[in-house]
Amino acid sequence: MIDKQVSDLESALAGIKDGASVMVGGFGAVGQPNALIEGLGDLGVRNLTVIANNAGFEAEIGLGKLIGKGVVGKIICSFPRGSSSFDRRYQNGEIELEVVPQGTLAERIRAAGAGIAAFYTPTAVGTKLAEGKETRLIAGKTHVLEYALSADVALIQAWHSDRWGNLTYRGSGRNFNPIMAMAARLTIAQVGTILPLGAIDPDDVITPGIFVDRVLCVPDGDPPLAGTAETANG
Amino acid sequence: MADQALKRYKPFTKAEMAALVASDIPEGWHVNLGIGLPTLVADHLPKDREIILHSENGILGMGPVSSRGNADPWIVNAGKQNVSLVPGASLFHHADSFAMIRGGHIDLCILGAFEIADNGDLANWTTSSDDRTPAVGGAMDLAAGAKNVWVMTAHVTKDGAPKLVGECQYPLTAKAAVTRIYSDLAVIDITERGFVVRTMVAGMSPQQLQDITGAPLHFPR
Repeated sequence: MIDKQVSDLESALAGIKDGASVMVGGFGAVGQPNALIEGLGDLGVRNLTVIANNAGFEAEIGLGKLIGKGVVGKIICSFPRGSSSFDRRYQNGEIELEVVPQGTLAERIRAAGAGIAAFYTPTAVGTKLAEGKETRLIAGKTHVLEYALSADVALIQAWHSDRWGNLTYRGSGRNFNPIMAMAARLTIAQVGTILPLGAIDPDDVITPGIFVDRVLCVPDGDPPLAGTAETANG
Repeated sequence: MADQALKRYKPFTKAEMAALVASDIPEGWHVNLGIGLPTLVADHLPKDREIILHSENGILGMGPVSSRGNADPWIVNAGKQNVSLVPGASLFHHADSFAMIRGGHIDLCILGAFEIADNGDLANWTTSSDDRTPAVGGAMDLAAGAKNVWVMTAHVTKDGAPKLVGECQYPLTAKAAVTRIYSDLAVIDITERGFVVRTMVAGMSPQQLQDITGAPLHFPR
């Protein structure tokens, strides 16, 4: 019987070693697997390479807290701004940064999961993020060569799962999670609810279980409210 | 800079700029609004046109920013504010979202800028004098991929230096990308001739606008 459910953080994260590359899903607080990130920080592993859109926001939770612990040696992301724990370590030269345009980051991850070694994209042509990279004129337009980006581990968050690892998502919580699930050699999903096999309508499955190795149920409720009309400063 | 007392013109307010931009967006366009000033355009879209807003974190059919009482914590925009969805909205993952952008399916993106050159070069992601962490987000993808790239910006910096220039000094976001600029003083098209002024604030002379612009302006008759 196939059963990808694990009962605790320890078994969810078993086998992650020093120096591992770890993809972390989420955009803002939505779709960010905070319980798994917290558990990763408690493992005692060091010198991790983290691949995520941001470098965390709050210093006390999620990626910001993980970076604050000093266990991340490098981060590959599109938008590291807004993270005090990252800023401090970056300015002290304690963490390496690779900034990648957001769409190029997504496509490099997707390509890795889809068995595409590299691709040509018009994004970043003529900018310093394309410096030193191979370019090619295709159909009259210059493109830059970008390589697929895989990882040892993906930590993702989804909404519903079953024991086969089929996943659904909620709201804008999908973001990087489905493509990271495809791109890592070990994909660990934190989900709000695990349903009996067959309870998820096949029409509703976004990530088929083939891309998922372990599922941990963390009924941790809603993400914290972000800015609203009353708090917007725009 | 001309002495304030000699000015007989008043810059567009942010709301007036947003309304100007919104009135120029055609029915049926799919539009991505950048963080900051461009976000205001959403409040001024003509009620009699269906214009679909895209958010790069996986939303088509984004509605207004939520009020505190009825915010859905699971739905945020690219600026990480809780937003609503309109009837007909759809949700998708990041690779699909940027396929829409890079694949030329997004009709228009509206971005802020540090500098815009009269060949359409855009610098809006980092400045050499800026010691903050360099962060690009989706700006390079949007500038390279959207069918039309419009910029909303103050005409000059806080120090009065031109932001519309002959050549960008700051690191580029994309080359030859911008086709129209909405500044707080004028609406300017970027054509093969360079900057072509479509409209200016009332009371401003062409020479006054030229004096605070870093490249030649053309005024169609």
